[in-house]
Amino acid sequence: MTVAEAASRAGPRSRRVLITGMGTYWGGRLAQRLEADETLEAIVGVDSRDPKVELERTEFVRVGTQHALIRRIIHAAEIDTVVDTRLIVDSVWTAPRVAHENNVIGTMNIVTACDGRDSPVRKFVCKSSAHFYGAERDDPAYFTEDMPRPHPPRTPIERDIVEAEGAVRDFAVRNRDKTVTVLRFCNGLGPGLTTSHSQLFSLPAVPTILGFDPRYQFIDEEDIVGILEHAVRENRHGIYNGAGDGVLALSEVIGLLGKPMVPVLPPWGTGLAAGPLNRLGLRIPVEMLNQLRYGRGIDNRKLKAEGYGYRYTTRETVARFAEHLRTRRLLRGVRQPYRYEREVEEFLRWSPSVRRTGATAGKSWRPSPRQVADLQKLLASIESRPDDEPPARVPSPPGDYDDLGADEVVGLLPSLDRARLEQLRRHEADGQQRPAVMEAIDRLLAGSGAPDGGR
Amino acid sequence: MAEEARPIVEAPEVEPETGPGIAEVLEVESPRLPARRGPGADELREQLPGLEPERRVTDWGRSERLESLTDRTIVDFLYRYWFRVEVQGIENVPAEGGALLVSNHAGALPPDAPMIAKAIKEEHPRPRPVHVTVEHFFKGYPGFAMLLPKMGAVPAHPANVHRLLYDEGQLVVVLPEGRKGTEKLVKDRYRLRRFGRGGFVEAAMRARAPIVPIALLGAEEAAPIFAHIGVLRRLTGFLYFPITPTFPHFGIPGMLGYLPAKFVIRFLPPIPTDQWGEESWLDRGLVQEVAGDVRDRIQRNVLDMLAQRKSVWLG
Repeated sequence: MTVAEAASRAGPRSRRVLITGMGTYWGGRLAQRLEADETLEAIVGVDSRDPKVELERTEFVRVGTQHALIRRIIHAAEIDTVVDTRLIVDSVWTAPRVAHENNVIGTMNIVTACDGRDSPVRKFVCKSSAHFYGAERDDPAYFTEDMPRPHPPRTPIERDIVEAEGAVRDFAVRNRDKTVTVLRFCNGLGPGLTTSHSQLFSLPAVPTILGFDPRYQFIDEEDIVGILEHAVRENRHGIYNGAGDGVLALSEVIGLLGKPMVPVLPPWGTGLAAGPLNRLGLRIPVEMLNQLRYGRGIDNRKLKAEGYGYRYTTRETVARFAEHLRTRRLLRGVRQPYRYEREVEEFLRWSPSVRRTGATAGKSWRPSPRQVADLQKLLASIESRPDDEPPARVPSPPGDYDDLGADEVVGLLPSLDRARLEQLRRHEADGQQRPAVMEAIDRLLAGSGAPDGGR
Repeated sequence: MAEEARPIVEAPEVEPETGPGIAEVLEVESPRLPARRGPGADELREQLPGLEPERRVTDWGRSERLESLTDRTIVDFLYRYWFRVEVQGIENVPAEGGALLVSNHAGALPPDAPMIAKAIKEEHPRPRPVHVTVEHFFKGYPGFAMLLPKMGAVPAHPANVHRLLYDEGQLVVVLPEGRKGTEKLVKDRYRLRRFGRGGFVEAAMRARAPIVPIALLGAEEAAPIFAHIGVLRRLTGFLYFPITPTFPHFGIPGMLGYLPAKFVIRFLPPIPTDQWGEESWLDRGLVQEVAGDVRDRIQRNVLDMLAQRKSVWLG
């Protein structure tokens, strides 16, 4: 790629972000981070499940991965950046079929929704996993981004991830003007995260495979969110590995956790032995068995060279997780888990009655897109009425303009253009004649410097 | 010994290319996304993780504790009293920067690499840890997989060698004969096998690290192999199942039952690898030629040392 091309890839900053997989831990965490950024005009999250974390200004739309629907959202909201945090990289909680549907078909759909010349999307960020590389005997000690897998994938999750990345690659090939960032993270670890590894490490003694002490790398959840955020802020085209500095031996990890290491899994027939353990409640997925045997290291230097500073090394990540394990019992039940309620969220976000404090203090109340759409529709219904018709209290369809409170109308006014405002002024004068509404309209009309402003 | 003087007439073998070479593994543009030049190699070198003093093993899985324990006991005993290692030309090992040490290889459970590492530790004015490349097989075999990395062994992947040589500037021992060298029978001793496919030369050229050839005497007689048992090899899943003076009748510990042959380690003058210009590793002919040259130097020195040796056991 030439310098000019690279510069064009540098492109403008992201302003309007769509996060897919809002219901996953990562989608929610990323949205929380991005909310603090004033330069981002819009943050929209989509998922078929409700968000798991509390959000302030992110708009959530409950929709699956149907590309037609997401495409409409992208076009309507003029999304310039899509972050795909949806990938399932741990087969413990999901049936392989569901995971396949989500990872392969889902990614295909999301990518399709961003495709095309007329698409406003300029940047696509995909959260992938180091499972892309697998864990095999003849792996290098550090995978760099340009290394292919030495062997074709053998476990369903790895196969899914390779296929999903294939879809993203094809998208990047088709859309050479778009920035495509693929982030391959090693195993995440942290207080807020439940993975098959955190489950394994929560046991009183950690089972390992006899005769093996694999190399392990972890990345703190804060760093995963940080890197996703970094990818939204910066325009980085290409693949990036995300992993904490340092590669630990599993024995060292377990030592940091302060637990005994019990090599109970036999070196031969490990898969067979893992079967009964599964039934006992100790769930070790296939892709993890390979890691427990051969381990894996990925080279994180490219991301560091391009400006991301990790907060935690692998050792610090494990130490932090160990602290969490020790205090977990004491803190259980202290904080209620967050539950998403659509009505509550809408009230908090859009109602003029909510007193805004903290980050949102001082900002004027803004109508929700739905309310604006409703108002537009109502105005259209007023407009369609012939002007000479007697301005009476004519039939009110449900949700009529006249049902709106004065505060709400005032809040909605700034989103209207001049002609609509005048029309509304006439309608109000003929109808309820609420002084607050009349004054607000007059103020707006006068403010826009119209010759006939304020009759 | 009568056969020692016999000239080695082995035509340079030309191996057909099989599997991906280092070029494919390291340099080829990513097939995943349209490629873009990322940060340069020097930029990446600056991004190596810092040292964490609390760590018990290094990022390569090397455990200083275990290493110094074996170093003080068994390795020290073998080095001083059992093999009575004699070191020549230690000044040929560079005091800093990456260097690729290339040695001949022999013995059922080869004692040569640990002795080279110990020799550098004992004799060199600036002793440095040495990484020994071993077959991938050991990463997949229980027990070995746990112990070998702790003792400083690294799977022989071209990317590993490159990172050690170029990025970390370490000393790396490669034994290009691999298992072809260790499984050869006692009757074939001191006749060097083919030097792989020249991958080690490529790695050194890429890293611009000098190659230090090493001629080593003694390992062949310390753990001679009289025969192989194919059935037991398949049953145990080992690389080979040899019959040595002490194995298999003394069991697994018998693997360590070395005969007290006198060791002589001769470090030869380093061969700089940046003398052939930019990207010399792309020239396969040159790579093969250099690999053949390294092998010849070692073979010649081995023969020379054999000619001077009066006794296998006393030197």
